Amino acid sequence: MATPTWKNPVIKWIDYRLPIFTFMHGELVDYPAPKNLSYWWAFGSLAGTLLVILVLTGILLAANYTPNVDLAFVSVERIMRDVNYGWLLRYLHMNGASMYFICIYFHILRGLYYGSYKRPRELLWIIGVLILLISMPTAFLGYVLPWGQMSYWAATVITSLATAVPVIGQDLVEWLWGDFVVGNATLNRFFAWHYLFPFIILGLAFLHLWALHVHSSNNPLGIDIKGPQDKIPFHPYYTAKDGFGLGVMMIVYMVIVFFFPNFLLDVANYIPANPMVTPTHIVPEWYLMPFYAVLRAITFDIWFIPAKLIGVVAMLASIAVLFFLPWLDRSPVRSAKFRPLYKQFFWIFVLDCIVLGIVGANPPEGIFIPIGQAATAYYFTHFLVIVPILGVFEKPKALPNSISEAVTAGGGSGKEAN
Amino acid sequence: MSETATTADATEEGESRRDFLLIATGAVGAVGTALAVWPLINSLNPAADVLALGSTEVDLAPIKVGQSITIKWRGSPVFVRRRTADEIEAAKKDDGADLPDPEADADRVQKAEWLIMVGVCTHLGCIPLGQNRGDSKGEFGGWFCPCHGSHYDTSGRIRKGPAPTNLPIPPYVFLTDTTIKIG
Repeated sequence: MATPTWKNPVIKWIDYRLPIFTFMHGELVDYPAPKNLSYWWAFGSLAGTLLVILVLTGILLAANYTPNVDLAFVSVERIMRDVNYGWLLRYLHMNGASMYFICIYFHILRGLYYGSYKRPRELLWIIGVLILLISMPTAFLGYVLPWGQMSYWAATVITSLATAVPVIGQDLVEWLWGDFVVGNATLNRFFAWHYLFPFIILGLAFLHLWALHVHSSNNPLGIDIKGPQDKIPFHPYYTAKDGFGLGVMMIVYMVIVFFFPNFLLDVANYIPANPMVTPTHIVPEWYLMPFYAVLRAITFDIWFIPAKLIGVVAMLASIAVLFFLPWLDRSPVRSAKFRPLYKQFFWIFVLDCIVLGIVGANPPEGIFIPIGQAATAYYFTHFLVIVPILGVFEKPKALPNSISEAVTAGGGSGKEAN
Repeated sequence: MSETATTADATEEGESRRDFLLIATGAVGAVGTALAVWPLINSLNPAADVLALGSTEVDLAPIKVGQSITIKWRGSPVFVRRRTADEIEAAKKDDGADLPDPEADADRVQKAEWLIMVGVCTHLGCIPLGQNRGDSKGEFGGWFCPCHGSHYDTSGRIRKGPAPTNLPIPPYVFLTDTTIKIG
């Protein structure tokens, strides 16, 4: 991977003073990636592309949106009816958020299945969890801006979680609101935060890529790159592969935008916010439902700690536990391909997350209460009991000698680099 | 720091004077930063105009026994209920019941007939049902929060469900027999 020599005099002049073209060439063209990456490795770049689409459409929506309790709802309706292609911008933005979460959830599950969080990629994983942790409130803040019934009441319910904090809870929530209820001050600042947070995510995404490029991608076999025979340059091989994935994702995205734009939205959000009437059934957006289910699973006090506080702590812990995963999983083998037991528990875990999502979408009544509690208990059991125990007692299958040997007919060029 | 210390005056006195300057600068810097940050944090607290919307007067005369009205005070709904004799009786009888947030009915009203409280569920801020005819009133004949299933009795006390405390009583005074001022 020799340093490229630039022929264009302008590029040459710039690159001599700020080697940005050499840097881009090294990271996006020559960048050596494992030769066996599957389509599961496309979701990171897809999420990044969606993030850019969300920022662009969001800036243009902001140019026509008014963050005021009397004007927000009508300004969104004006975007839908009067602004040129306003409907398109809004539907791209709204459904783009859903697509973004689909991609990062697949991306996270890929990481869980192939052990991408293990040494030396722990920090890469932690930055990724931080991106998830900031993406969720960003999406929630955006959900509040149209100031429909769901916007208003989701804002009330979610911000009221702060009242669970002992002693200072009430002061804290009034500080968040800038009022005694969710009001104009709240909407105004939520708009400001919603505009700010994506740029923090972009910064973290840059760090995420930087950390990724230090040790390169993990791969479906989960074994280290042992030499040049295991690698191929990012361009054209993975630009083409990611590009195909992007095409498939965009088809799904556009089918939703053009044919089912409101499929993922609650109809109650087309009713203007009414602080005097609570809708009978408040639900968050689908991508937050599993966490909402964890929040509501705790219906009992433990000693002197009220259920409300435990619910909030459990919800935060359900994400926080991911930070510790690189140290909870002691197995030296990364890929579930060679971990017969972990592989099965992985799929049970996926099922558990789906169950939590279904529980989160339903009212907390009857059978959904015990199901939600059992699924929440299993979620934590997976990370805190099953994964650590498997790491010690599971007998992994034999690992191949090299990526090249395993994926290339005839064992590749064979020679080890060192 | 260590470089200059060895080149300039490497005496013990010089070291301690530097240490003093370092600690003093650090301390002033930390306090100064904290003082500078407070206005930034406090700017997010409720502003003066929000605080000014303090009080609301309510004419109770048109409310008949067994009727409720909802009025807006500081942006929140306030439930005003003219309770029936049965409801008052039930509320008093349950003073000794197993209450999650024990409070006597007499401590929650100024006049037994008029129950005045903030209609915001103490769980996560939804507005409980029970004000309108046909609303579910929950298992204790008072109010029922549909969001997460909290049941309140005829004194607005939490009886069942995730809410931790009773519906709060706003500050109010009877200006005349049929007029109150909330806030």
